[in-house]
Amino acid sequence: MSLTPGGLPWRDLEFWRSLWRDVRFWRFAGQAIAVVLIVAALIFFGSNLTRNLQQLGIRLGFGFLNSQAGFTIGETVIPYQPSDSYGRALLVGLANSLRVIITGIVLATVIGVVAGIARLADNWLVRQLALVYVETLRNTPLLLQLFFWYFVVFLSLPKPDNPVLWLGFSFSNAGITLPGGLRLSPEFTALLLGLVLYTGTFIAEVVRGGIQSVPKGQWEAARSLGLHPAQTMRLVILPQALRTIVPPLGNQYLNLAKNSSLAIAVGYPDLYAVASTTFNQTGRAVEVMILISLTYLTISLIISLGLNLYNRSVQLVER
Amino acid sequence: MPLQPSSAPQQPLQLASRWLRRNLFSNWWNSLLTIVCLWVLYRLGAGFWLWLTTKAQWTVVMQNWRLFLVGRYPVNQSWRLWLVLAIVLGMTVFWIWGSLTKRTARRDWFNRLAWGLYPLAFGLCLWLIGGGWGLVKVDTSLWNGLLLTLLAAIISIVLAFPLGVLLALGRQSALPVLRWFCTAYIELIRGLPLIGILFMAQVMLPLILPGQIRWDRVVRAIAGLVLFNAAYLAENVRGGLQAIPRGQVEAAKALGLSIPKTLILIVLPQAIRVVIPAIVGQFISLFKDTSLLALFALLELTGMARSILAQPQFLGRYAEVYLFVGVIYWLFCYAMSQLSRRLERQRG
Repeated sequence: MSLTPGGLPWRDLEFWRSLWRDVRFWRFAGQAIAVVLIVAALIFFGSNLTRNLQQLGIRLGFGFLNSQAGFTIGETVIPYQPSDSYGRALLVGLANSLRVIITGIVLATVIGVVAGIARLADNWLVRQLALVYVETLRNTPLLLQLFFWYFVVFLSLPKPDNPVLWLGFSFSNAGITLPGGLRLSPEFTALLLGLVLYTGTFIAEVVRGGIQSVPKGQWEAARSLGLHPAQTMRLVILPQALRTIVPPLGNQYLNLAKNSSLAIAVGYPDLYAVASTTFNQTGRAVEVMILISLTYLTISLIISLGLNLYNRSVQLVER
Repeated sequence: MPLQPSSAPQQPLQLASRWLRRNLFSNWWNSLLTIVCLWVLYRLGAGFWLWLTTKAQWTVVMQNWRLFLVGRYPVNQSWRLWLVLAIVLGMTVFWIWGSLTKRTARRDWFNRLAWGLYPLAFGLCLWLIGGGWGLVKVDTSLWNGLLLTLLAAIISIVLAFPLGVLLALGRQSALPVLRWFCTAYIELIRGLPLIGILFMAQVMLPLILPGQIRWDRVVRAIAGLVLFNAAYLAENVRGGLQAIPRGQVEAAKALGLSIPKTLILIVLPQAIRVVIPAIVGQFISLFKDTSLLALFALLELTGMARSILAQPQFLGRYAEVYLFVGVIYWLFCYAMSQLSRRLERQRG
């Protein structure tokens, strides 16, 4: 920077020119502009929010969580009565969400791995069936599938006094009874089935890609060692395929967890459904929104953390 | 299939039996699988056939054909939609032809022309559908059915794309504040379910906008879809940005290009070309996601199906309606996924 002796630097055109060309200046100015814009936007939205809430006569605060909820919840994992608080109701919803997410992840993994391997099977018919399964369910909306399972399949089952019995399962429009005596509601089953079959198609593609990423020489080497196909898959191919499979698999788990919020479509009382009822009764949009966001973010974060840890254990340790 | 050169011309029967043996009955395990699959197929097929021939009644689809496709759009204004369809088909053919044919000077010229035409056609279509400026105005509450599904998906991706590019650039930026902000936005949105974002768009947008701005339900829903998809697109574009060799930026710097020029002329064109298949994939999932608008009382394809099913004379015709709607979704998504696969193969 050239300074004219005796003069003030900002009187000098050369000073501005050099400033204009200085990357350090722009780095600083860029950030300053970004901060100003973000803060301005936040102030703008915030002031609108306070003004609008004032007009509606709503005061922000989470005190409402302690007041009586008054609505019933169809099925609960933890005890709940309508006389309990909104906080308790939301907790029940969270427990219901976790129930469907955890079972869903386990079952979707099983279905997905089976379908992914079937996509590469020697058997032509198996291959085609897996292809049809993947291409049909992957290319239609999950919401529509949930409607289908619930309204078309479950509600058309016979009444509970005359159930369909098959392999120890009993199916009726009041739900499914498992051989052990465990009863599942039609809402839960429809949601679980929809989530599992939909996510299963994506996992199948991930698994297929992972298996195909293992070099052909590995198959040949395993065969020349005398391993039969099932052993080859279990001992040689899958452990190596896992390295490519695990990261995108994690994304599918996250999608399943987020998609479980579609429970409201079939009337399963998950977190979002309970939160939505809470909003309808109390009108507390901001608080309900914050609660939902924080909870789903936490769930997402926990799944990502778990997968990162697992991913670290399957990745090749390079020297 | 390797044919023995010495053997006499194969009989079709022999060929078939050899194919069967190789592909379906190569060992006892495969034979068992084949038989189980055939049995399952038979049961499913027989059940479906029984339903199709005895129970299914397609009047619900026949009578509501128009509602499914364009909803309550005024009948006397239908010509506008036909015109839009013609424009869209024309542009699609133009685009597919442009991206799948061999590169020549003439094609490049055509492509440049097309890039100028797309925004024009987009604006023209919106004007034709919405009206105003000489045409009868058609309220957004009358845009229903497949029309709304397509509009919501296309408008959302068009608006989300620039936002996504900016977010991706911001996430890669050397300026920490910008980087943190963009990363926070992307990760926040990606951690939330779409239904939550749409809820916010319906409920929160009116609260954080000035009182005099009133967006209708359709616009709010599209705003939600845009905010949601921008985060996912940003991650796709970031993948493309990372795929560009460092030498490209260094070469641009050596030529004396400024940072904006480097981005616009060197980096982005290459990055976006790499991620076009991923963007098509994102569009497919956006297209499917528009069905969630049904949960917010919008009558797009799924919502329309539900409202038709709520009419007393069509009560209980769930299977027919959901199958029909499912086939429509499937046709669009499958066609687009095949397209994306072709694009990928062409580049790969």
